[in-house]
Amino acid sequence: MDTVNKPISDKVSKLGYALTGIGLLIIVASFLTNKQRGAFDYLWIYMFLTSVGIGGLALTALEYLVGATWSVPFRRVCEFLAGIIPLLIILVVPLIFTMGDLFHWLHPEPGDEILAAKKPYLNMNFFLIRVAFCIVVWFIFYFFFTRNSKKQDTTKEPGLTRTNIKLSVVFAPLFFISMTMAAIDWMMSLEPHWYSTIYGVYYFAGTIVCTLAIVTFISIHLKENGYLNPRVSNDHFYSLGTLLFGFNIFWAYIAFSQFVLVWYADIPEETVWYMQRWHHGWQYVSLGLLFFHFVIPFLILLPRSIKVNLKVLKVMSVWMVLAHMLDLYWLIMPTYSSSPVFGWQELGMLLFAPGLIIVVFTMKANKENITPVGDPKLEAGLNFTL
Amino acid sequence: MLKKILKLDEDLAKDGPRSSKVHSVAALFDTPDEIIHAAAETSNAGYDKYDVYTPYPVHGMDAAMRMKETVIGKFAFLAGFTGVSLAVAMIGYMSGFDYKNIIGGKPFFNLPASIPIMFELTVLISGLFCVFGMLLLWNKLPQISNPLHDTNFMKYTSSTRFGVAIEASDAQFDVDKVKSFLAGVGGKDIEVVYYPEENIVPQTPIFNRQFIYTLILVAIVTALGTYGAIGKLVNILPFDWMHNQFKVNPQNTSTLFKDGRSMQRPVDGTVARGYMPYEYTGMPDSLVKLLSNPVPMDEKSITRGKKQYNTYCSPCHGYFGAGDSRLNGQFPNPPTLHSKKVREWADGNIYNVMTNGQNTMPSYAKQISRDDRWAIVNYIRVLQRAENAKDTDLP
Ligand code: HEC
Repeated sequence: MDTVNKPISDKVSKLGYALTGIGLLIIVASFLTNKQRGAFDYLWIYMFLTSVGIGGLALTALEYLVGATWSVPFRRVCEFLAGIIPLLIILVVPLIFTMGDLFHWLHPEPGDEILAAKKPYLNMNFFLIRVAFCIVVWFIFYFFFTRNSKKQDTTKEPGLTRTNIKLSVVFAPLFFISMTMAAIDWMMSLEPHWYSTIYGVYYFAGTIVCTLAIVTFISIHLKENGYLNPRVSNDHFYSLGTLLFGFNIFWAYIAFSQFVLVWYADIPEETVWYMQRWHHGWQYVSLGLLFFHFVIPFLILLPRSIKVNLKVLKVMSVWMVLAHMLDLYWLIMPTYSSSPVFGWQELGMLLFAPGLIIVVFTMKANKENITPVGDPKLEAGLNFTL
Repeated sequence: MLKKILKLDEDLAKDGPRSSKVHSVAALFDTPDEIIHAAAETSNAGYDKYDVYTPYPVHGMDAAMRMKETVIGKFAFLAGFTGVSLAVAMIGYMSGFDYKNIIGGKPFFNLPASIPIMFELTVLISGLFCVFGMLLLWNKLPQISNPLHDTNFMKYTSSTRFGVAIEASDAQFDVDKVKSFLAGVGGKDIEVVYYPEENIVPQTPIFNRQFIYTLILVAIVTALGTYGAIGKLVNILPFDWMHNQFKVNPQNTSTLFKDGRSMQRPVDGTVARGYMPYEYTGMPDSLVKLLSNPVPMDEKSITRGKKQYNTYCSPCHGYFGAGDSRLNGQFPNPPTLHSKKVREWADGNIYNVMTNGQNTMPSYAKQISRDDRWAIVNYIRVLQRAENAKDTDLP
């Protein structure tokens, strides 16, 4: 078996450290100049990194769950991305200390009956318990999935695959519960009077699109620089592109489902959330999101020939990552400001998040095999043809 | 009966007599790997009129057969695009022009509500297009059977094995060469397939006269049956003594009126009960003050005026008209209603402010009926008198 095992070039990891460093400075400076804006920006970054981390874990589990073979050659990319999960434990700390700036439900006006009724769920203690629960669940499964997968590199024990399949069966429902919770707690509760039962699914859709885009980008990059087995062919990338395309339609479907019900019923307590995003300049962000996240990528990614054109696919994956950032911006920031804001403070997201992903990825990739060499399905995965 | 049907089925399944005209040479293979290999070899050998038959889609077959990228996608896209356009045109015409209906206060034609229909029609039209395209182009529709049907080859390739059939229409075709070629790439049970006797000249039961007559008959019977059942049968009433009355029904034609409508339109200039048109919009004060108050100043009208004033006016003007707004500065505070100006105003002026609004104060004509507005004027007069009471007013 010809697997390539050369370290990722120094330039890449230096770039990663530089981006992370500058990003971190911006975040700190932003906190110091305007604590509330800093908190909202940081929440934006945190939710993005959560997307990538648990998205990577979900794709890893999905492969075991459905018994896919074609994705085995780049399952490690997903696993490395999931390496962000342990960092979430540290990353979440600043948020805990700025919750007062973020969440209106922590200090409701007296006589606010809606918030009084939501108190059993929306209160500090239970919130912290849920946050801890989610991160612990993700961490435990991250730990076991990757440990088994890594062990297999040397032992080549097919039983480990079976263990991971069992794990993925348990993980699937826990994943949906925990990620719905995370979405509701961190983002939907920013506007605590409003609710949408599809909110968790919406975040999930965006998460998967974003993670698939990153996996596609990294895999193409690895392939171009000769890190992947040469038998990884256009057929594999076609499948990644199709998944990306499909989940993007799923995202639009969910977004529309949420919108059209609110729009049709036209009840003030439901429309407030969209009204907030339809005034004082937010309407351009909303429309921009529609075109940037769905309409344009849909038309570009539609033809089959594009999905095997690695150059275009690479550009489109960067595009979709930016689209997910915009999506989260659109979910979070209207609570902070009644008209869209974008200044040096927001550059923290654009630098810190990609920087951290690069750092985590290169660190993992230099320590471990980029291809799961011991996986019994690897051979079938490499042989995959359409 | 059942036996008879089963017997008929068996008869149909039996292969008819075959002619001596060769259609193709077919060979079977046991595993997907073998069939991929065989397909690749066949295309390498330069055959191009051949096809591969498998019980399920085999990954990698396109590449092995060196198929070009299909154009189905492009046509399906065009069909889908036709679908979206049709949907927009249809909804736009129906709800925007032809049958305007207010639904939930939405614009007649609106995009969000049309999106599900646009989506459905896109899928429907492109799906139908592909299915009919397949029937016509690939299955060559008027022809409804392929000589490979009812052969041993087809029996296996539709269940457990895989096969290649090289057709006689291929330029290089030669029965013996093809046979030995297929044997060479590992084919088993090699079989020469002949055209069925009645199928040499491709003719098809679709144009069979009996078949066409039967089709027409079925169509007529179904149409009449459906009409009878839905149009007539379910509308038969056990008693119709009260149903059919000698009266004019709404939305029907009637010979009673000249224009033939059963529902007459109101005469031009008709006004709804309790509504009086106000013709002084934008008129100068001098004209407006000529309006006289038709509501008498009595206890009833004052009580009514008080109630309406407290509801509609007091948030801004205060309970006693002092201009002490309860809106905490969210709206400019109005001046007092006890100013000399307002006191000396005619009733018509105050009425005019309520009806048309004045500068920042909006019109209240929609919320408050005409009589109530006059009653409020009466109540304002009471407030003014109370504020500027004279000694002689004391009992
Ligand atoms: C939303 C607050 C608001 C409400 C409710 C309101 N008004 Fe006014 N009203 C104003 C303001 C502000 C002005 C001053 C407008 C201007 O700049 O000329 C005003 C002016 C007036 C004036 C003229 C006063 C003058 O000196 O020019 C009259 C009379 C009056 N209102 C009567 C009423 C009556 C009767 C009602 C109840 C039907 C009513 N208003 C309800 C805000 C209100």
